[in-house]
Amino acid sequence: MSEPILQTKGLEAFYGDFQALFGIDFEIHEGETVAIIGSNGAGKSTFLRAITGMLKTTAQDIAFMGQNVGGLSAPNLVKKGIAMVPEGRKLFPSLSVEENLLIGAYGRSGTQWTLDRVYDLFPILKERRHHGGTELSGGQQQMVAIGRGLMSNPKLLLCDEISLGLAPIIIKDIYDAVPKIKEHGATMVVVEQDVNQALAVADRVYCFQEGRVSLSGTPGSLTKEQISAAYFGLEKRGAH
Amino acid sequence: MDWVNAIVQGILLGGLYALFAAGLSLMFGVMRFVNIAHGDFIVMGAYGALIAVAFTGVHPLWAMVVVVPGMALLGYVGQRVLLNRTLGDDILPPLLVTFGFSIIIQNVLLEVFSADSQKLQAGALETASIQITDGMNIGVMPLLIFVSAVAVIGGLQLLFYKTSLGRVLRATSDDQDTVRLMGASNAKIFAYATAIASAVVGIAGVYLAMRTNFDPSVGPARLLFAFEAVIIGGLGNLWGTLIGGIILGVAQTVGARIDPGLQILAGHIVFLIILVVRPQGLFPKMKG
Repeated sequence: MSEPILQTKGLEAFYGDFQALFGIDFEIHEGETVAIIGSNGAGKSTFLRAITGMLKTTAQDIAFMGQNVGGLSAPNLVKKGIAMVPEGRKLFPSLSVEENLLIGAYGRSGTQWTLDRVYDLFPILKERRHHGGTELSGGQQQMVAIGRGLMSNPKLLLCDEISLGLAPIIIKDIYDAVPKIKEHGATMVVVEQDVNQALAVADRVYCFQEGRVSLSGTPGSLTKEQISAAYFGLEKRGAH
Repeated sequence: MDWVNAIVQGILLGGLYALFAAGLSLMFGVMRFVNIAHGDFIVMGAYGALIAVAFTGVHPLWAMVVVVPGMALLGYVGQRVLLNRTLGDDILPPLLVTFGFSIIIQNVLLEVFSADSQKLQAGALETASIQITDGMNIGVMPLLIFVSAVAVIGGLQLLFYKTSLGRVLRATSDDQDTVRLMGASNAKIFAYATAIASAVVGIAGVYLAMRTNFDPSVGPARLLFAFEAVIIGGLGNLWGTLIGGIILGVAQTVGARIDPGLQILAGHIVFLIILVVRPQGLFPKMKG
């Protein structure tokens, strides 16, 4: 297999004195979709924040396309080709839908993903393009957030909890877009609390627990028991 | 007729106040940052115009060619080198630093230019007027200032709503953290915002120098007028700031019409009333 597009070795991250990640080894190759699962507080979002430069890391911990990128600022990492669909969508309320998409191309743009391509992917957004970004339904807002991430033509797209707080039927709509995004050769990391959704969409899965990788492998090779052990705790406890 | 005249003059005066306030409004809107030295920056612009005119002998309006880009550059560098370091979760450091700036600027100006009152002579422009009716004339200069204010605010509005820089400025105003994920560095965007605001400060400074007497100590009073215009109009709304300036101007001229000593006080009283009745301002755009 070729060099991984993104690789972390022993990645640690801190919120002040509190250590949130304890030596994460992670890699993703071009064209792959990797899911990260784990319960609340397992360190999934922290991991994405560290990769995107929203949380300070040291230089040696993260390699992107063969370069050490730890410690770079978030805007610089966007320019290198890492885009993030943040948890909670975080659309800009004073910008219209179209402006929210356009601003995705502020730091980096390309020809693969344009406004028209995003509208092809999510036709409803074209209809609603002059609405305020936060006037749409939760599912449509999530589409805007994904489109906004794509507009920078990223080499690596990170999606943080894109199904959180959405109705199952809408989650299905959103995840229907993933294969179409993959057709464009995207490499994606998807953070999910919904294990079944993650297994359905991913080529490989990492399970995080208390700031460590507790399990990794392809969906087919992992048993339910392994996953629930890795998800809830390494040993079975009490009622679980 | 005198009353109508007072109101018309007040509206025109409001244009000047709107120019004072636009930069303050913009910086607060994008960075949530109140520049206590804003009035002193305006006075600095006025002295800049004084120097430009003294060296070249051109008409004061031409001084803008130097003062506006000069102030913009100063604003950009000042933001990048100094003010960006003060911004963070704590709102106190930028207040303290700009308060210090205010005192430093006043004292440097005092040292260099003395406490003498200055005014730029605008020649025929100063006395030119347009007769509307028998009892009412509109001065060309106040009208020019008012038109400039409308043009500046219209221009800022276009910049904010029609350009990609404006888009990222508004996004930064919404959410400083998330905008970094769009590839926009806060430090750079803030410096652009301050540069634009400082260019407007330059325009305001030149007009201040042409319209009234000024000395190194008049900055804080301009800051107060600017503040009042912004608050009356509602935070984050530039057209609101223009209306705020006009309300303040009209209150002052009508107050002066009642009793000449009442001019400044009348403005403050109207401001207080609006603050009590509508603390969010007349046309607030910003939530939270």
